[in-house]
Amino acid sequence: MSIVHVLERLGHTVDYPEAQTCCGQPPFNAGYWNEARVVAERQMAVFRDAETVVIASGSCATMIGVFYPELFHQHPREAEARALAAKTFEFSDFLVNKLGVLDVGARFPGRVTFHDGCHGLRELGSKKAPRQLLQHVKELELVEMPEAETCCGFGGTFAVKFPMISTAMGEVKCASIAGTGADYVVSNDSSCLMQIRGVLDRQGKSTKTLHLAEVLAQT
Amino acid sequence: MNVHAKEFNESARRYTADLHHRDWIQKALSGYYAKRDEFKNRFQSWSGARDLAAETKWEAINHLDRYLDEFVSKLEARGTKVFWAPDAQAARDYIVGVAKQHQVRAVIKSKSMTAEEIHLNDALEKAGFEVAESDLGEYIVQLREEPPYHLVFPAMHLTRQQISDLFHDKLGSEPTNNPEDLTMVARRVMRRKYCKADMGISGANFAIAETGMISITENEGNARLTTSLPKIHVALVGIEKVLPKLSDLALFLPMLATAGAGQSITCYNTLYGGPRQPGEPDGPEEFHVVLLDNRRTELLADAEQRDALHCIRCGACLNVCPIFKNVGGHSYGTVYQGPIGSVITPHLRGLQDWKHLSQASSLCGACTETCPVKINLHHHLLHNRRNAVRARPARLEKLIQRGFVRMMCRPKLYQFAARLGRLTQPLQRLVRGTILDPLRAWTKTRSFPPLAERSFRELWRERKTP
Repeated sequence: MSIVHVLERLGHTVDYPEAQTCCGQPPFNAGYWNEARVVAERQMAVFRDAETVVIASGSCATMIGVFYPELFHQHPREAEARALAAKTFEFSDFLVNKLGVLDVGARFPGRVTFHDGCHGLRELGSKKAPRQLLQHVKELELVEMPEAETCCGFGGTFAVKFPMISTAMGEVKCASIAGTGADYVVSNDSSCLMQIRGVLDRQGKSTKTLHLAEVLAQT
Repeated sequence: MNVHAKEFNESARRYTADLHHRDWIQKALSGYYAKRDEFKNRFQSWSGARDLAAETKWEAINHLDRYLDEFVSKLEARGTKVFWAPDAQAARDYIVGVAKQHQVRAVIKSKSMTAEEIHLNDALEKAGFEVAESDLGEYIVQLREEPPYHLVFPAMHLTRQQISDLFHDKLGSEPTNNPEDLTMVARRVMRRKYCKADMGISGANFAIAETGMISITENEGNARLTTSLPKIHVALVGIEKVLPKLSDLALFLPMLATAGAGQSITCYNTLYGGPRQPGEPDGPEEFHVVLLDNRRTELLADAEQRDALHCIRCGACLNVCPIFKNVGGHSYGTVYQGPIGSVITPHLRGLQDWKHLSQASSLCGACTETCPVKINLHHHLLHNRRNAVRARPARLEKLIQRGFVRMMCRPKLYQFAARLGRLTQPLQRLVRGTILDPLRAWTKTRSFPPLAERSFRELWRERKTP
């Protein structure tokens, strides 16, 4: 609900079409593009009349914003895919680059380190936006971890197809996080947070994981 | 699962559990990162340089027929013998044939991944020729009888102590931890080998069409000795190595050094344009250039992934790849490791046999971001996955994907499944990590966060109905 709270606080009307499901990234990444297209077509229909689509995860935003046009390349519905891609934003990208908002009026006492989700960072090019938002949160101390841009190892089905590699990557990431002494690790990608939390919990670490929106919703 | 995939998994399991390896590779690369960034900043614009390099390679690869013809005719005009090798076998046969024809006794070789690709050393040794690697790293792994760990740093996985022990065992040298002393041990052995060899084999970093020359870039000077002391020089060159103009080197040499080794430029950069010409005091009597296709033209025919032929083999994608850093170079089981290897090996050696490398990626894109010639590496991994499924879908996986699609097209079913997940989670907790746990692949090493008591959808509905 945090995203809804932040957007409403900024004076926007939020709708949640209940017919929405998944963006189709799992079959797409596994190589099942025909299957992914079926799921994608559904979301394209659901969001046809929306003015702007805001997504809580850089990964899902990438699927729609970057991969839908590729998935529907030279397909009868290519124009529709491109139209949805053009109006779809990852949450922090929307606030900073579309709305031009840096200060959402949040207050969050704590030492925070930010983890870049790879999709948000490299596919959407959104490195500054989440940090700018965090820097404007009152009483929040932002500390950079070494190699913040290194992947946490989630990678969708990769995490269960190659659990040994995925976990090793997660451990490297968590060592970087631990080095900052932060109380919270914040990201704009829910799946990275699941991976990081999974490893931190197993290591018995007390660092908490939070989505960027959860921080920005605090006043 | 095929044998290559099995071997990859087993090796990856071993290496990811080896914390010494993890720390060592991280440490070995940290110096590289600092230097690479320092020298990247000396370019007026690194991103502009990448654009230009990508455009130059695009031009060369998309007009490969023309540039190769130009390259070859210029080379032949100065007496170089050029052989077009359609595959590895033809290249091996030709080079072994040259050695036999000249009754060669010993061969010295400088670093060449293309020679690794065609297993040239094996072929020469089987034909009775002694082959010595003259690049220090390559010499070390040759003594260990193992393949290079990394396409630029073949022995980066070894500590000084391990190298000292190796030299002590194989060469009888005194144990030492001093890198200079270790280098001197190899140097003394190598000098004798240069003098003895009557055939020198090299690769090529670039093939310049305009002037008909190959360019070799190195730090040890071993390639210069390898190519100029013996009376025959054979250069094995992949057809994708072409650059249109000599002046292109002004960009590509510093770029390769920066991206590949974190150097402004390598210590020795040499151009070779033919055998010894009349009136010249030195150089080889014969110069052979073997142009290798070995399925590169098949990749050329694939418009989507053609840019993989832009690769200048700098190894930068390996250095930033979290998969490479955790599984190590030997796990891949390929000549070309890391992201570029995962992209091209399916083209060079068969998609179904090597598709697992494209799956063994979190698709983080660090490779694409760092690639100096802007190969869309991580998207090509997605393309390989798609092509593999298209050609031969795995039955069970296809069934699962179809089921997933069905659920995602029925929001009620999706909501029901989510509720079911929430309700059954306490049961899952009882069997967590055991063989009965359906989430075992995750929960064996990671905790699974408890699902929220109420879904977003439920909260949303509640909010709408006051």
